[in-house]
Amino acid sequence: MNVPTIVTPELQKRFHVPGRIAALAGGLLLAASAYLPWAYDGDALDNMAFLGGPSTLQFLGALLGLLLAVSAGMAWVEPWADRKGILPRLLMVSRRAGWTRGTKALGVGLLGFIAVVLIAIALELGGLVTIEYGGWVALAGALLGFVGSRLLTPGRAPSLEKVKTPAWLEIVSIAVLLLVALLLAAYALNQNDGGTFLSILAFIGALVAFILRVGAGGWLSAAGQRHRNVLVFSSFAVAFLFPFTQNGSDANMSIATQVLIFAATAVGLNIVVGLAGLLDLGYIAFLGAGAFTAATMSQSAFATIGWKPPFIVVMLIAGLVSATLGLIIGSPTLRVSGDYLAIVTLAFGEIFRISMSNLDGSDGPDLVHGSSGIPAIPNLNLFGFDFGKVHTVLGIPLGRFSNYFFLMLLIMALIVLVFTRLNHSRIGRGWVAIREDEKAAEAMGVNVFGLKLLAFAGGAFLAGLAGAVKAHVDQSVTPDQYIFLESAFLLAAVVLGGMGTVMGVLLGAALLKLVPEKLRFVNEYRMLIFGLLMVLMMRFRPEGMIPNQRRVLEFHSDDEELVEEIEEDLPYEFAEEH
Amino acid sequence: MLEVKDLVVAYGKVKAVKGISFSVEQGQVVSLLGTNGAGKTTTLRTISGLLRSESGEIWFEGERIDRTPAHKVVMKGLAHSPEGRKIFPRLTVEDNLRLGAFARKDTDGIARDLKRVYDLFEILYERRAQPAGTFSGGEQQMLAIGRAMMSRPRLLMLDEPSMGLSPIMMQRIMSTIRALQSEGVTILLVEQNAAAALKLSDRAYVLEVGQITLDGTGEQLLGDDRVKRAYLGED
Repeated sequence: MNVPTIVTPELQKRFHVPGRIAALAGGLLLAASAYLPWAYDGDALDNMAFLGGPSTLQFLGALLGLLLAVSAGMAWVEPWADRKGILPRLLMVSRRAGWTRGTKALGVGLLGFIAVVLIAIALELGGLVTIEYGGWVALAGALLGFVGSRLLTPGRAPSLEKVKTPAWLEIVSIAVLLLVALLLAAYALNQNDGGTFLSILAFIGALVAFILRVGAGGWLSAAGQRHRNVLVFSSFAVAFLFPFTQNGSDANMSIATQVLIFAATAVGLNIVVGLAGLLDLGYIAFLGAGAFTAATMSQSAFATIGWKPPFIVVMLIAGLVSATLGLIIGSPTLRVSGDYLAIVTLAFGEIFRISMSNLDGSDGPDLVHGSSGIPAIPNLNLFGFDFGKVHTVLGIPLGRFSNYFFLMLLIMALIVLVFTRLNHSRIGRGWVAIREDEKAAEAMGVNVFGLKLLAFAGGAFLAGLAGAVKAHVDQSVTPDQYIFLESAFLLAAVVLGGMGTVMGVLLGAALLKLVPEKLRFVNEYRMLIFGLLMVLMMRFRPEGMIPNQRRVLEFHSDDEELVEEIEEDLPYEFAEEH
Repeated sequence: MLEVKDLVVAYGKVKAVKGISFSVEQGQVVSLLGTNGAGKTTTLRTISGLLRSESGEIWFEGERIDRTPAHKVVMKGLAHSPEGRKIFPRLTVEDNLRLGAFARKDTDGIARDLKRVYDLFEILYERRAQPAGTFSGGEQQMLAIGRAMMSRPRLLMLDEPSMGLSPIMMQRIMSTIRALQSEGVTILLVEQNAAAALKLSDRAYVLEVGQITLDGTGEQLLGDDRVKRAYLGED
């Protein structure tokens, strides 16, 4: 990254002590400002007009401020580690943390957070004059902290992952972290105010940046590696708990279910794009094929196929129909490489949509009623469980969308399982080889055509499964739901999140679906904003938000630290024999 | 072990190989010599299934393989280290080597062979976590040979292993080929450097515009006047 340097290393060397003082003071000032009113009127964000009573957002700001002060001050506390006692022993651990790096990251994040909050106040109340003195104090604190943190030398790289911690502590940390994430997500989603939602996103961004730079990310990912099953299981447990935080409200659950459907489809696409390296621009058609298949075989009065098998069977058929379409498209085109495939899949997406619009009885068989589609698809009823009814569990009502959310969660678990199994198998290695160099892969004995076809049809199958559920969630299926734009967004989720990883794509999908739902103005300009975001990502972080290690190496092959990290992960130990 | 009979290969209407026949016996090093465009690389690519022949037959260990797809040919024990090395530049050395063993499923055997390759080329062990694209030409060639060995082939086809290498590196590669031969690997070698190839060949064939014009043992050809003039630069 070539960001122009304003603060040179020489400047940092000269001013690091005043810088540290400034960062500390700025953080404390910000924390104190939470007790002052930030806005003239209580209508902006969550009520920030009180003196002495911080609102939640102000409290979060204060938290960041305190964190900045603490991490900036650690450099002065650490020498005490040489004394005796339990506290110094904790300090020994803290010596492995990259406090100064964290301070620098937090300085930026904090300024971003305050900027978002103040701009939101000004926009919602009408002008900068609506910001009370407390707001300006907060800004001053953030600016002071920012400038101060810029003046610090980055200091040692964190090595927290080398700290030996008992297993229980690691497991508890994972669980606590996921619970905090759940609560934050639930809180953010319950905000109907766009400014508040965006502010919370900024808060999360600042906090995550800090945690990563301090090195806790390294420790956490090491802990996550050691307790992989715990991590996966508790992630799903936390997602499972989410509907219980909603008090029976369906508004957020509807969004969450749509996010899950979108994410499941995106993970399927990630097999094709991220693992096998095949560019598919018409992937939404496979979701559509699944949805239409399920709709025509549903209990809807408008369904055109008389056979009504149970939903499990319908789902499998939907997946198989999609996979068959994938095979039909794939077998002639996968023999040629690269751009041809992109063009053919792009065309296929449109052909699918237009064909569906034309299957209305006048141009072809009346299979899907043309552009009006199949409406009135009833709710599912699996093993006597009615998805349309509200079920009360432990006194908490769980509505229709919660039911579908649980179903999608199960399907998501299946898709993630398939994805990770494939990725770590021989097949996964074959895909890597194909992605890198098809000709060489062939000479290695990789069945190039077969594996490409497998990726293509497999991805299509998973999209078909998701589509079958989507038909029942949406209650109607029409061709205009499956336009090219949706394919583009799926691809954007994969690229933004990180090609070839599950977590990245989940994050990318969640952001791409959530942000437009929560922020009306983003929805209007979403093409512009996401387009810009993609360009910036390609410039500064082409491997995505949560990349897989191999990918990072592909983009930054000169990074020696990374090479060492990968070296440590290699399974074979010949060192002693050499 | 390998028998090629009346092989014809064409790119569209242009015949690159015009009915050649030769054989490779167990444990031998056999060279195909010739200038650019003589059809050497085409012959190797056809044997390994990357190209389809027009007519003729290819037999490997008593099985006809000229209609077998490339990935199955590798499973039969015939490895091909392609021209221009074709390593995976953005993957690590170890990933490259493991991909060489793609056709195999015996995890223990793969681990043993990985060690064998590392023993043979120490530099690969030292840099096993580095992307292969950062290597010098000679190191990449070692990797390419090591990778081909990872499929534990009975017949190893090497296409221009000395291309673009320094004389020292080249000697190193040639002595590796000799070492492989002593381990019982049969080798079919395509080389531009005729002198070096002939010195270690049990048998050699000279190709000219798609046809075999000369054949004999390595020593015979080294002493042959036509070979001397055309390929060894002697008068």
